[in-house]
Amino acid sequence: MTLSAKGLCWSVGGTTILSDVSLDVHPGEFLGIIGPNGSGKTSLMALMAGIRRPQAGAVTLDGKPLSAHGRQAIARRIAFVEQQAETTERITARQAVELGRTPHLGALTPWSRADDAIVDRALEEVDMAHFSRRLWHTLSGGERQRLHIARALAQQAPILLLDEPTNHLDIGHQISLLQLVREQDLTVVAALHDLNHAAMFCDRIAVMQGGRIVALGTPAKVLEPQRLADVFGVTVDVERDSAGGCFIRYRRPEPRPAKLKLVAEA
Amino acid sequence: MTADRPILLLAGAAFAALVLLVAALGVGAAVGETAIPLDIVAKTLANRLWQAGYALEPIDEGIIWNYRLSRAIVAACCGSALALSGVILQSLLRNALADPYILGISAGASTGAVSIAILGFGAGLLTLPIGAFIGALIAFGFVSALAVRAGRGTGAIILAGVAGSQLFNALTSFIVTKAANAEQARAIMFWLLGNLSGVRWPDVGLAVPVALFGLLVCLWHARALDAFTFGTESAASLGIPVRRVYVVLIAVSAVMTASMVSMVGSIGFVGLVIPHVARMLVGVRHGLLLPASALIGAIFMIAADVLSRIIIPGQVLPIGVITALFGAPAFALILSQRRSAL
Repeated sequence: MTLSAKGLCWSVGGTTILSDVSLDVHPGEFLGIIGPNGSGKTSLMALMAGIRRPQAGAVTLDGKPLSAHGRQAIARRIAFVEQQAETTERITARQAVELGRTPHLGALTPWSRADDAIVDRALEEVDMAHFSRRLWHTLSGGERQRLHIARALAQQAPILLLDEPTNHLDIGHQISLLQLVREQDLTVVAALHDLNHAAMFCDRIAVMQGGRIVALGTPAKVLEPQRLADVFGVTVDVERDSAGGCFIRYRRPEPRPAKLKLVAEA
Repeated sequence: MTADRPILLLAGAAFAALVLLVAALGVGAAVGETAIPLDIVAKTLANRLWQAGYALEPIDEGIIWNYRLSRAIVAACCGSALALSGVILQSLLRNALADPYILGISAGASTGAVSIAILGFGAGLLTLPIGAFIGALIAFGFVSALAVRAGRGTGAIILAGVAGSQLFNALTSFIVTKAANAEQARAIMFWLLGNLSGVRWPDVGLAVPVALFGLLVCLWHARALDAFTFGTESAASLGIPVRRVYVVLIAVSAVMTASMVSMVGSIGFVGLVIPHVARMLVGVRHGLLLPASALIGAIFMIAADVLSRIIIPGQVLPIGVITALFGAPAFALILSQRRSAL
C-alpha cells in the first residue's frame, strides 16, 4: 500500500499554496512534515487524503490516481484527521468515534459486535474509554482531539494522515499520542509543529517552505542548524546522541536592535 | 448504537409507531365540527375496504371517507415530508435553523405553483406539483448562491433564506394581484397560508408515494447524514461521496416540499421544529432521527389540522396559522439556546 504525490500544484484565489510537490510515502514509515505557518502543510495533507483535487499533478495509491478510486475505497485505506473539526450536534464521545466505521458499513449493513469492539479498543487506545458517554460540547479541546484520533483508528485504514494532531494537547498527551500512533502497525504522515517530536518519532521528515519541499530525509540528516535558521528563522543547537537521535535546543534571540527600542520608548 | 439491540425491540418500536399513526388518523377522522364516534370511523373503513356492510348514516360515512380521512392522510404525509426535509437541510447545512420554509424553498414552490395555475405557464403540460418543484429548485439555487457569496456562515444561510422567501413571496403576490380575478385571488391567498380543505382522494395518490419515497431515500442515506456531523471534509474522509449525497438529498427535499406545497400551500415551522423535538426524544443518530421525525411530523400535522377545524366553531383556520402559533415560540427558544452556534 503506497501513497505518493507527484508534481502537485494547488492555488486558491490566485495565491499559490503548493508548487510542484512530489513525495513518496514508504509503507510502514512515520513521515513527519514540518514547516512554518502557511508553508502548505495543511493543503498537502488535504490533497494526499483526496479531500481536494490538485490543479496539476496527482496523488496515487498503489499506482492508481486517487480520483480513480471510489470515495469509500479511499476511506478504507486512508484515515485523515483534520485540524479542529467541530460540531454543535449533541453527540456523545463514543458516537463521534463510531463515525469511523462509516466506510465499512453500507446503507443496509447492520452495526455489529465487531464494530462495537473496534470502537471500544480505539477509545481505550486514546485513554478516553471512561468519557465515552460524555457529550461532545462538554469535552476539552485535547479530549476532542483524542477522540478524532480514536475515530481515525476505528476506521482501520492502513494509512493515517494527521494534520497537527497534537494541537491543544498537554505535553503528556502529546507524547503519548505520538507514541500510540507510532506503535500502530500503520503508515503515518503527520504535519507536526514541534521539531523535537518530529526528531523523536519520525523515520523521515519533509521540510516545507513556501509551498515546496526543501528537504527530505532522516531527522539526523534534515534537522541541520543552518536549514532550521533558513526555514524557521530560529537559532538552534542540535545535539546528537549515540543512538542516532537528535535534540533541538532553541537559543534565545539576540536583543532587538536599539533603533526599535527607541521608537517604542518615544 | 449497540449491536445487541434486539431485532424484536426494533420491530416493536416500528409497530408502536404504526399504531400511533393509525390512532392519530382515526382521531383525525372522528373529530370535527360534528364529532363522529371512533367505532363509526372503524365501521366506515370496514365498509369501504372490505365491504363489511355495516348499516351507517350515509352522511357520516360520506364525511369520514370523502373528506376527513383523505384529509388526515394528506396531513400526515405533509407533516412527515416537511419534517424530513427539515432534518436533511439541518444536517447537510449544519444549521439548526434550516428548514424549507425559512430557506425560501416553500416560497419558491408557491411561486412556481401560482405561475402554472394563474399564468398558465407550460400550456397545460406542466402540472402544479412540477411547477412547484421547478420553483423550489430555482429558489434553492438563488438562496444557496446568495449564501455562498455572503460567506457560507450559519447567519449567511439564514439571511439568504430571508431574502429568498421575501423575493418569492413578493413575486407570488405580484402574479396573484396582477393576473387573478377576485375569486381566484381569495382562494389562492387562503391556500398560501396552508389549507387542507380542498384535499380529496386523488391528492392521497400523490402525497403517500412522495412521503414514502422521501422516507426511504432519507433512510438509505442515514449513515451518510451522520458522517456530516463534523462537516463536509470530515464526511469526505469517511468515504461519503459528498457532492452526490448533496444533490440527491436536496432534490428529494425539494420534491417533498414542492409536492406538499402544491396540495396544501406553504406551511411553516413544521420542518424547523419537529426535527428538534425528535432529537430531544431519540438523539442525533439519523437511523432513528429520520423515522422519529417523520412520525412526529405526521401526528403533529394531523393534530394541527384538527385544531384548525374546531378552534373557531363554524370556521376553518388556515393550518399555517396553527403551526406558526406553535412554531414561532419554538423557533425563538431554539434561537436563544443556540446563540453560541450562530
